[in-house]
Amino acid sequence: MSIFNFFRPAPRATAVQAKERLQIVMAHERAGRSGPDYLPMLQQELLSVIAKYVDIDQNKVEVKLDRGGDFSTLEVNIELPSRENGKAGAKPGDADDDLPASKALTNGGIKKRG
Amino acid sequence: MGKIIVMTSGKGGVGKTTSSAAFATGLALRGFKTVVIDFDVGLRNLDLVMGCERRVVFDFVNVINGEAKLNQALIKDKRIENLYILPTSQTRDKDALTKEGVERILNELAQEFDYILCDSPAGIERGALMSLYFADHAIIVTNPEVSSVRDSDRILGVLNSRSRRAEQGLEPVTQQLLLTRYDPDRVERGEMLKVDDVLEILAIPLLGVIPESQAVLRASNVGMPVILDEASNAGQAYTDAVARFLGEDVEHRFMSPQKKGLFSRLLGRSA
Ligand SMILES: Nc1ncnc2c1ncn2[C@@H]1O[C@H](COP(=O)(O)OP(=O)(O)OP(=O)(O)O)[C@@H](O)[C@H]1O
Ligand SMILES: [Mg+2]
Repeated sequence: MSIFNFFRPAPRATAVQAKERLQIVMAHERAGRSGPDYLPMLQQELLSVIAKYVDIDQNKVEVKLDRGGDFSTLEVNIELPSRENGKAGAKPGDADDDLPASKALTNGGIKKRG
Repeated sequence: MGKIIVMTSGKGGVGKTTSSAAFATGLALRGFKTVVIDFDVGLRNLDLVMGCERRVVFDFVNVINGEAKLNQALIKDKRIENLYILPTSQTRDKDALTKEGVERILNELAQEFDYILCDSPAGIERGALMSLYFADHAIIVTNPEVSSVRDSDRILGVLNSRSRRAEQGLEPVTQQLLLTRYDPDRVERGEMLKVDDVLEILAIPLLGVIPESQAVLRASNVGMPVILDEASNAGQAYTDAVARFLGEDVEHRFMSPQKKGLFSRLLGRSA
């Protein structure tokens, strides 16, 4: 190491970045792999039903299965667009319109015995 | 009954064939009757690395199709007692490998051999799936590099869900990591993933670390498994890995930079 490098901040080792990136991407991929096979289909069908009534962003739907000891929880999180964009034709300027621009409809809360 | 081992990786060019040749030779040197099978249909290469390319008459696919007997296709190694090679076809494609055909040959081999080593092709398609489907044990060949590590993880997922043992609910395929082309100097400079990093991510036991070594190319040039180059660090690392595979407790070597003299540093030479 030359005297000039000594005063510069050490760059973050590329190997450290490699490890961090791998940990993140693989956590994702493993989670997808361990779910039951019907999850992607379920997500697809739920989406198509909801899309009949509301404009939804495909990326704002999350279907998650948590396996517990006694029961598993199926969690469905769908972020709805602000009302004005809805297909259901709510008239703009309706009363009690102080809802946040986007409201999360959460937790289908379907529980089944594991 | 012989034990079936698959040498697999997902990613191409990481050292499966080099490691299959070295490992099969190492097992035979330890007195086990061993056969190494090339599953890379269409891209025959194990024969070159093992130095028997001019003795191939019939191949794995011929035997599956009933065009030749197993004994006619098996090539006995000229150097080492107990070592046999089953080369693959150069002209057919991977569809030639049927599950029934592969199973029949492996069963036949298992009657006679202690170890059946399957050299997997790259990818996760038919050839790779067939090479791992019947395995009892998997050696995951990985380079300390992001895409190789990720692909190894995918292959582990395939082993745990789509192998015969997984499908039939038997004891899972046992798995060990063989980290190859490891360069301790680059690791020390923070340019390459450390052994521990890869182990932490893949979470399987370590079989061995094979250093990046010029001996590997030299050995393949002359059709000699690198494990026979006893003076080389790669050869020694493979010998250690075989001993560990057989249950011996051998300390890991070649994982930290070799101390270089001023002279070789000036010349920029490495082993
Ligand atoms: N430890 C090592 N040091 C240096 N070079 C190596 C080492 N191991 C393998 N190689 C080189 O890497 C290249 C690929 O090796 P090899 O053919 O064994 O990989 P592979 O995984 O079988 O490839 P494929 O996926 O195409 O079947 C070869 O040129 C080989 O000489
Ligand atoms: Mg190969």
